[in-house]
Amino acid sequence: MFKYLPHTEKDIQEMLEVIGVDSIDDLFHEIPSEMLGKDLNIPKSHSELEIYKRFADLAAKNKYLIPFVGAGAYDHYTPSVIRHIIERQEFLTAYTPYQPEISQGTLQYIFEYQSIISELTGMHVSNASMYDGATATAEAMFMATNVKKTKKILVSKTINPNILKVVETYAMYRGIVVDYIDEVNGVTSIEDFKNKNSLEYAGIIVQNPNFYGIIEDYSGYRSILDESKGLFIMNHDLSALSILKTPFEYGVDIAVGDGQTLGIPLQFGGPYIGYLATTKKLMRKMPGRICGVTKDSEGKRAFVLTLQAREQHIRRDKANSNICSNQSLLALFVTVYTAVMGKQGIIEAQTNSVNATHYLYDEVTKLPKFKKVFKHDFFKDCVIETTLDPSMMNEKLAEAGILGPLALGKYDISKKNMVLFSATEKRTKEEIDKLVSILEVL
Amino acid sequence: MYYDKLIFEISKKGRKAYSLPKSEFKNHVINKDLLRDELAELPEVSELEAVRHYTNVSFKNFGVEKGFYPLGSCTMKYNPKLNQDIANNPLFSMHPYQHLDSLQGVLEIYYETQRILSELSGLDTYSLNPYAGAHGELVGLMIMKKYHMDRKDTRRTKIIIPDSAHGTNPASAVVAGFDTVEVLSNQDGTVNLESLKEALNDEVAGIMLTNPNTTGIFEKDICEISKLVHDAGGLLYYDGANLNPILGLARPGDMGFDIMHINLHKTFSTPHGGGGPGSGPVGVVKHLVKYLPSPVIKKVREKYIIEDSNDTAIGQISHFYGNFGVVVKAYTYLLSVGKENMGNIGRFSVLNANYIKESLKDDYLLPIKGVCKHEFVFDGLIDKSHHVTTLDVAKRLLDYDVHPPTIYFPLVFKESIMIEPPETESKETLDDFIKIMKTVAEEARTTPDLVKGAPYTTVVKRLDEATAARKPLVKYRDLLE
Repeated sequence: MFKYLPHTEKDIQEMLEVIGVDSIDDLFHEIPSEMLGKDLNIPKSHSELEIYKRFADLAAKNKYLIPFVGAGAYDHYTPSVIRHIIERQEFLTAYTPYQPEISQGTLQYIFEYQSIISELTGMHVSNASMYDGATATAEAMFMATNVKKTKKILVSKTINPNILKVVETYAMYRGIVVDYIDEVNGVTSIEDFKNKNSLEYAGIIVQNPNFYGIIEDYSGYRSILDESKGLFIMNHDLSALSILKTPFEYGVDIAVGDGQTLGIPLQFGGPYIGYLATTKKLMRKMPGRICGVTKDSEGKRAFVLTLQAREQHIRRDKANSNICSNQSLLALFVTVYTAVMGKQGIIEAQTNSVNATHYLYDEVTKLPKFKKVFKHDFFKDCVIETTLDPSMMNEKLAEAGILGPLALGKYDISKKNMVLFSATEKRTKEEIDKLVSILEVL
Repeated sequence: MYYDKLIFEISKKGRKAYSLPKSEFKNHVINKDLLRDELAELPEVSELEAVRHYTNVSFKNFGVEKGFYPLGSCTMKYNPKLNQDIANNPLFSMHPYQHLDSLQGVLEIYYETQRILSELSGLDTYSLNPYAGAHGELVGLMIMKKYHMDRKDTRRTKIIIPDSAHGTNPASAVVAGFDTVEVLSNQDGTVNLESLKEALNDEVAGIMLTNPNTTGIFEKDICEISKLVHDAGGLLYYDGANLNPILGLARPGDMGFDIMHINLHKTFSTPHGGGGPGSGPVGVVKHLVKYLPSPVIKKVREKYIIEDSNDTAIGQISHFYGNFGVVVKAYTYLLSVGKENMGNIGRFSVLNANYIKESLKDDYLLPIKGVCKHEFVFDGLIDKSHHVTTLDVAKRLLDYDVHPPTIYFPLVFKESIMIEPPETESKETLDDFIKIMKTVAEEARTTPDLVKGAPYTTVVKRLDEATAARKPLVKYRDLLE
């Protein structure tokens, strides 16, 4: 017997009798016999105690470093409440809410999640989540090229290069051409955009704050796009939207990004959550699940998946997207985070992060081997130039238990002396001062 | 007391449920042109209010730990508690930009999981990056496309998909830039070889199959199918949604499949989470390994590294390395089950399915006779004279505290009821379910209106889905207008 399998010998015999076969093997008679019975080189069955031991050994092979880098994954604080809620079996072990009468729990938190995304982005409608901010951006590109019936898209070079790579991969296989708008002094060149923009393009993808942490001013983009009837796609750090001008206020058509910054632990890059929100006009062109409000037969308010005629299980090859499972439990995570942190707490966590990053920036750039690069204001990532070799610097920091900044040379050779730092509300003055004191003697 | 509030409806200005340390830093002022005009209207509640709210919301859900969940093609097996505890270890929650030398434990988990999945499926190497089954399908099809492109075989623009396939298959093919060709099934749900032969030509890039298929039938001609497709220059993709019944017994790689994904959230017990996060690792045969998206972990002189295959791979498919938090749970499960028990996963899931099938075939119409694998399909009630539909049956099951099976899928039958009772379910649970299904069939004969009016005991009754779609209300603000 094994703890996850309840079948006793007696059960098996009784069941086989009902089925009318002599053995379980008879139930596999149509599988060619040469395929069966391979000796597999896999581990033996481990008891709980052995598993705890095994993972303690594995954990000991990792070394936790205090992060002073963000670049798409930020070390924000996770209030205790959240894990207790999301690990309730009612949420954790349920399937997609296809039977609404017994899935009102999932459907309600999706509705609350959609409401939160709409509040933060200002957009009319959000879907129930995407895999991550990068794939959400690629899906937004598909929406735009489908709606505009063209196969070209513009992308600013100030977006996170990993998001760009995902967009390029998705584009290539579907025959979509990606053209680039130049970066000048850390921001998107509006001149280059004006020059390149034309009816050929489905629209433009930009990011705010951009890869360099700079808060870009995208006023003026809407009117340029209106001339070409192109769509405006903005990738935004969800938490930063508690403070910064919203995609709606910039006249954006599709708002996308990652919600990891709402307290989701780092987890070596996942699971995180992508969001995608749009205008009323484009609602029926969205990918993914959408929850709506309706009434039951007794007139009681209820929640239900709606506009399903866009989705793969109904439309198959005509669907807006192939997405099925998304990151539902992370939508609950973001929702509970927002409920706990509330209207003021999200702003406070972000403001503290911005303040910590600016303190780090000011202190580090006072050191002789470091200097400021861009003039533009930034959020919680900042670019600093250094005469030190970035990999040597990060090795030294790692010895002191610190995760140093991201070296930018890998993405853009002209920035080979630049690094990208970040700090969140979890970083104390003592920690930043320690970082500075190590850098000072390198 | 029925709890029906939204978090926004219990919000009161000035309340809070958080505590942060006092800021030690000078306040940085951002130019107001870059700031939003008005604050987002987010909830303000106390901590107990937040906790009580979501606890009450949770009561309106049905999970695997509450009762039987025989949802076809979804493999709703028990999600072990141990997996959760292991995954919560903060020493596995690292920043993805840490140097790999400081992440050897994380990489070893990836490496070992890759290796075990290869061994179980008979494919050479895996990338654990894809986030879900559909994401894995997309990645697999990109690999197929890149393979043909590299051979300068640009005519191959079509993917063959049986009419019984999961909806994600054709949708993924289109997202990968292919056209789809549907082939018909035989009456027993298997691929019609004549129809397949007709569809095969030098424009076909490959075929997507799940085996056993969505009617729960094993494709006994799989070796011939594989030969036909390979001879025509195509590749075979295996949709791993139905891997559970052959786990530890037979391997897609030995059947001739070139590429496949595995749903860790189905076969390897990671929780479905109400629709994610999942994980859809993709494995390939040796000559396609160079196309796998990063990370593919290698072990070089006792050290784990991420193989650099940027020049040949399909490209980057997610921001970082996939859903690591899900992979940890699957690896825990693989260690728990181990070599001794692996084959029993498939054996007992197949035993369970056949037991229910044979016990109910006098009440529900069984269109495909004979042995099934982990799931099977009824085409509604046998006695349809009272016009009780599959939807009615499903809704009536809610009153008996059973999660209904998958309904109206696969599309090859009009009144599909697709039942999958995973191996973690006991005979007693199956007997209860059989009794309930027979009771509902009896009710459909004697008191059909009772069944048509179900459910009666759920927190809400049948919903008006048409109005929701016609006039979508999709956020709290919409309710205030």
